Amino acid sequence: MKIAVLVKQVPGSESVLPINEGQSWINEDPVTFVMNPPDNFALEEALLIKERKGEGEVVVVSMGPNRVQKVIREGLAKGGDRGIHIEEDEPIETDPLLIAKRFAAVLKDENFDLVLTGLQSDDTGMGQTGVLLGEILGMPTATLAIETDIQGESIRLKRELESGWFQWVQFPLPASVSIQSGLNTPRYPSLKGIMGAKKKEIKTVLGSELDASSRSQSIDKVFVSQTSKQTEVIDGDVDVAVQRIAEILRSEIKVV
Amino acid sequence: MNILVVLEDNQGSLHRLSREAVAGAQKLGGSVTALAIGKNAGSLASELSSYELEEILTVEHDLLSSYSADGYSEVVTQVIQSKSPKTIVVGHTYQTRDFMPRVSAKLDIPFIPDIISLSDEGFVKQVLNAKLNASVSSESDQMILSFQSAAFNDEEMITGSSTITTFDVELDVSSVRSTSEEPFQEAAGDVDLENAELLVSVGRGIEKEENVHLAFDLAEVIGAEVSASRPVVDSGWVDSFRQVGSSGHNVAPKLYFSLGVSGAIQHVVGMKGSKNIIAINKDPEAPIFELSDYAIVGDVLEIVPKLIEALKN
Ligand SMILES: Cc1cc2nc3c(=O)[nH]c(=O)nc-3n(C[C@H](O)[C@H](O)[C@H](O)COP(=O)(O)OP(=O)(O)OC[C@H]3O[C@@H](n4cnc5c(N)ncnc54)[C@H](O)[C@@H]3O)c2cc1C
Ligand SMILES: Nc1ncnc2c1ncn2[C@@H]1O[C@H](COP(=O)(O)O)[C@@H](O)[C@H]1O
Repeated sequence: MKIAVLVKQVPGSESVLPINEGQSWINEDPVTFVMNPPDNFALEEALLIKERKGEGEVVVVSMGPNRVQKVIREGLAKGGDRGIHIEEDEPIETDPLLIAKRFAAVLKDENFDLVLTGLQSDDTGMGQTGVLLGEILGMPTATLAIETDIQGESIRLKRELESGWFQWVQFPLPASVSIQSGLNTPRYPSLKGIMGAKKKEIKTVLGSELDASSRSQSIDKVFVSQTSKQTEVIDGDVDVAVQRIAEILRSEIKVV
Repeated sequence: MNILVVLEDNQGSLHRLSREAVAGAQKLGGSVTALAIGKNAGSLASELSSYELEEILTVEHDLLSSYSADGYSEVVTQVIQSKSPKTIVVGHTYQTRDFMPRVSAKLDIPFIPDIISLSDEGFVKQVLNAKLNASVSSESDQMILSFQSAAFNDEEMITGSSTITTFDVELDVSSVRSTSEEPFQEAAGDVDLENAELLVSVGRGIEKEENVHLAFDLAEVIGAEVSASRPVVDSGWVDSFRQVGSSGHNVAPKLYFSLGVSGAIQHVVGMKGSKNIIAINKDPEAPIFELSDYAIVGDVLEIVPKLIEALKN
């Protein structure tokens, strides 16, 4: 069972996000980067599938500038067998088709049985990379999987639908599946894992050499959204704030 | 035709986001054709018969009796190839996330997803966990767009007339590789969130499982129920039947009091109808403040215990 898992590096949810000078994206200098939280679940699921099978290989794949090697190492420390880094000069590539074509170019000759991706990236939030990649590689695809079950040459998945509905689907491997957050409890790397990861192989390939298609969509500008609602902002001293909230609850919304 | 709207079947009726997608397509301007797929195609089409559409195409086939990503992406691909629309529009739903990227890859047409509004500069979507907005554009001749819930108002759909035409597709058994079982619902909890009058909603800003009791304590003092954001549920800190948002409940209480919730669109779509919104968040720029009546900038771990004391006195 050969599994590729795609993990992206994104700004952490607590990080400052200053807009850059050209307003084209954020200035990354003060940003703290983490593994895209949904991808943690995909990685964990890949490791669990391999462990349940008792054999196989989990390959951790990430695209981005040099810094993304950190999330690949993190994946290797948790139990991934080797890594592939698709180097991308731009701080962020925002065209999902181009991203998927580049992933496809690296993955196609490796003959993976399963490609796992996260639900969505926290930075650009395109929610489509795994499905695009599956189609390009000629694989069946599914999204929002909350349970996986390998049955011989096929995979059975419980998918989340809207409004609390679920559905089981099954299709033959190889396949590309995007994992819904929360289906497992991602592990922490052990000390032994961290030490061991240093010796594992990370192959680096240059994105622009994989596919030179031109960009089909781009993020041109980022900005803070404007509010139209009347909001009372309560800032400052905690005790004053507490008194004000109590008063709102008692006399304005009248719930106590 | 300029614009093709692909409709979604929600248990026999049109998905609300498909109606909004029609309204959005009409706003974009030009002639709009709608496409209904599957065994309910006829009734979906008739729901739109009194709106201004160039045509409503219906596609039925044995292999389309239930949804599959293979089947639906193939149908939409064949319709696009035959009709060459400039723009393909859908609601941003779980189903379109599942198959529209396949169409995008098959035809090499960019898919700009999750659009919340249109601006002069392009299509606006949220990025960086809703902390910023971005305008996205494409120079491609054709593009696929998906509209987030409430990007357009379905009450603004333009009425008029349309004709319903069947469209023939070629599908063979080998093109649908998946088999799917009947959809089902899991046992719900004994909490009726959707009818709760008051909600205290807990987000990842509560920081640790040990702190979650603060939400329950505050809820008890004001007589509210507790709801939660998805990450809090995913971490196992709160039961999943308490989740609010696009993959949880839709709520509209008299008071929605959020503690450490950032206000990502998937959360907001489930609670924006609340009458009064109070939010505590330590980040003054948190998007939840944009729709709050009262924005309390501060640390929930500091404020909530004191607030509980103050309310008890
Ligand atoms: C298809 C899909 C479906 C989804 N469905 C849902 C859904 O149904 N419901 C849902 O909620 N989400 C859903 N999500 C996830 C959603 O995108 C967000 O990730 C999620 O809502 C964020 O939850 P949060 O606000 O609790 O956490 P975060 O975004 O991490 O926000 C935590 C907030 O707490 C603040 N904070 C931190 N510490 C403190 C403190 N001590 N005091 C005060 N404030 C503090 C931070 O400033 C931050 O704003 C879905 C996503 C996708 C892609
Ligand atoms: N640059 C990247 N590096 C690694 N994985 C990625 C990258 N971009 C997208 N992915 C994967 O695709 C999923 C969906 O991303 P997106 O389509 O951007 O929302 C993510 O959760 C990752 O698993």
